[in-house]
Amino acid sequence: MHPPELKQLTATQKIRRMPFPSEVVLPLRQHAGKPARLLASRGDHVERGDLLAAADGFMSVPIHASASGRIAELGWWPHPDGSMAEAVRITVDRFSAQLPRPRMVPHWEGLSKEQVVNAVQQAGIVGLGGAAFPAHVKLLPPKDAKIELLLLNGAECEPYLTTDHRLMAEQPERVIYGARIMMHALGVTRCVIGIERNKPDAIEAIRGALPSDADITVQPLTVKYPQGAEKMLIKALTGREVPSGKLPLNVGVIVQNVGTVATIGEVFETGLPLVERVVTITGPGVRKPSNLLMPIGTRLRDALDACGGLTADVSEIIFGGPMMGGAVSDLDTPIIKGITGVVALTPDVARTEPTLPCIRCGRCLDSCPVFLNPSQLGLLAQAGRYEEMEALHLADCMLCGSCSYVCPSNIPLSQMFALGKAGLRKQKVKAAAEAAAAVLKVGAA
Amino acid sequence: MSEPRLDLTASPHLHSPDSTAKIMWTVVFSLLPIVAAAGYFFGISALLVVATATLSTVATERLISGPGTLGNGSATITGVLLGLVLPAGMPLWMVAIGGVVSIGLGKAIFGGLGQNLFNPALIGRAFLQAAFPQAITTWPVAGGSFFALKGDNFALPLMRGSAPDVVTHATPLGLMKFEHTGTGIGSLILGNVGGSVGETSALLILICGGYLAYRNYLNWRIPASIMLTAGLFAAALHLINPLYPGGLFMLFSGGLMLGAVYMATDMVTSPITHKGCWIFGIGIGLLVVLIRVWGGLPEGVMYAILIMNSLVPFINRATQPRVFGVEAPSRLKRKAVAS
Ligand code: SF4
Ligand code: SF4
Repeated sequence: MHPPELKQLTATQKIRRMPFPSEVVLPLRQHAGKPARLLASRGDHVERGDLLAAADGFMSVPIHASASGRIAELGWWPHPDGSMAEAVRITVDRFSAQLPRPRMVPHWEGLSKEQVVNAVQQAGIVGLGGAAFPAHVKLLPPKDAKIELLLLNGAECEPYLTTDHRLMAEQPERVIYGARIMMHALGVTRCVIGIERNKPDAIEAIRGALPSDADITVQPLTVKYPQGAEKMLIKALTGREVPSGKLPLNVGVIVQNVGTVATIGEVFETGLPLVERVVTITGPGVRKPSNLLMPIGTRLRDALDACGGLTADVSEIIFGGPMMGGAVSDLDTPIIKGITGVVALTPDVARTEPTLPCIRCGRCLDSCPVFLNPSQLGLLAQAGRYEEMEALHLADCMLCGSCSYVCPSNIPLSQMFALGKAGLRKQKVKAAAEAAAAVLKVGAA
Repeated sequence: MSEPRLDLTASPHLHSPDSTAKIMWTVVFSLLPIVAAAGYFFGISALLVVATATLSTVATERLISGPGTLGNGSATITGVLLGLVLPAGMPLWMVAIGGVVSIGLGKAIFGGLGQNLFNPALIGRAFLQAAFPQAITTWPVAGGSFFALKGDNFALPLMRGSAPDVVTHATPLGLMKFEHTGTGIGSLILGNVGGSVGETSALLILICGGYLAYRNYLNWRIPASIMLTAGLFAAALHLINPLYPGGLFMLFSGGLMLGAVYMATDMVTSPITHKGCWIFGIGIGLLVVLIRVWGGLPEGVMYAILIMNSLVPFINRATQPRVFGVEAPSRLKRKAVAS
């Protein structure tokens, strides 16, 4: 499937550090897993990099202050996923040099596997490619899994986005450095970096930085959507097919996004936790599309201001890429760890047409990366027949949006599949509750 | 910065430029050269037939489904295609009835766009064939003055026609079947032969269809498999008994080209998988030759397509793709046997 790439707006723009905004908002939930546990209190003065909230268990990461200032508020704030979430709002100290406190940076080669994993967790690192899965969890696979290969995802197949592209082109050493640390922690000897062919400068830069003493290689990838989906990447780079319902580690592979890896490298260079990231601010609705290095928690409003603001005809703003990203309507929403880009669309791009019945053209089948039958699934979804959808492997649908993109009848297929998945989950919870109630009844009788 | 009004729609936020209406109207436009050629060969009669059929299908669609569905163009396609598979001399009132039946029985009773099992234009034509067997097999010869009617186009319903002054002509297939006379391949390709309005210029149909396939508006696997199968099967039979028509004759005569390129490829009534399209096309190819050679009719394309239409749900079920990361049943079975 080949949606237009639309990356030319920012593909050659150097990463630019945006000036510190007047305030930053840091939700406690910025990762998959449990939200962080709040430590800070209102009125506290914090320096850049200070701990605000601690990891709550293994499937959680801490949150750090991304700018020096005073904690103005602990409260509910709009979250990128559309809900309201608990967040820490910091009024940024206008005259601060924003220097982090001096830190000890341990030499990674002397650290044990567990120490590296712990350091990565304490730095609050999550997958920066969008999923925001805690990075340290992937570094500690179950004991019985035999991991032999580390794959770095530099596909960046979403239209418009150039975050990873610029990072690889400008800071290839950091990517390689992070890769070495990950290889050390995982105990693997081989690492392959997959980059789509439409980023020749990134391929070139990474090739130039490849070390001679470690088995790290670059593999150019065919440009197609969704080449950067984990299972697709593994198939393209290794030929292995992750079995339905299984994880990459079942085929001996760990996949990590290049941006995440670079951040891991940075932690062992500077000691500074994850407090800033590169975000592509782009689309026809932005006056000056840019690749910005910004503090985590920057409000959308401030990020847009740093890019010349919105055009008059902007109609929709997307967090993430246009294929899988979600729309936001509140300009106060903060840009959190997992946000790869902000795409502002205008009505001519965000075309909406009436939905017609399925004409069985088969395009959705051709486009589905996991070879589902979206046409049939769509009919079942309309009828609310979720169990039958499950039997047709709804669980394998990665909600990539390819089927909706190609459907000439403009049927919101992937949206219906997301609802179907949610419906199934609800049914299962209900069934479990009923079973539990039945057990209790039997016990009482 | 004043607060902009922002939409909140679901992802994906981009959409391919192809819409169902665009596909349908492109198919309609790709048919126009074929209609023009029909006008060239059969004069104004051909144009009258196509226009009447189209008006009739569009009006019926409007009556049944309201004004909302005309924009998607599918009723227009049905009308033009119906007009193209009728003889130029057909009384227009019959043509109009064909249009009503195409939409009413061919599509609307199934639930409208996307729901029908059979190609609506062929349903209309099948109905006319049953109702007016005489009129639908009266094939005027091509050529003559543009304004000369090719038959009793303006006959009134249930009246005997009064203008039988037209030279009628057996179709090449009829000649072949009943008199064993061949027609030159050159005339067949260019369209200079007797037949229904649009089944004459095979070359033009191929060009128009090729354009649609290039735009990915029709699945080339269907016409390709029909033609390969019909051509090879006929050639094999011809080798065994030269009295049977040869492969090229089979391909370029009658409604095969129009059927293979425009009728069988109707998205709604053809398989949804590529593998299914091959099976579907091979089935049509075999049936066409069987009907033409051994059936009681010189022409078999219509029935061949309708028969295969009815099998599409089964073909779809049998050709579902293997889901990523799920082992094919056959492989599983082999494993089970091995262990
Ligand atoms: S959203 Fe799901 S069904 Fe649609 S193309 Fe992607 S994986 Fe296939
Ligand atoms: S792409 Fe849309 S119209 Fe075509 S088969 Fe799939 S659901 Fe139906």
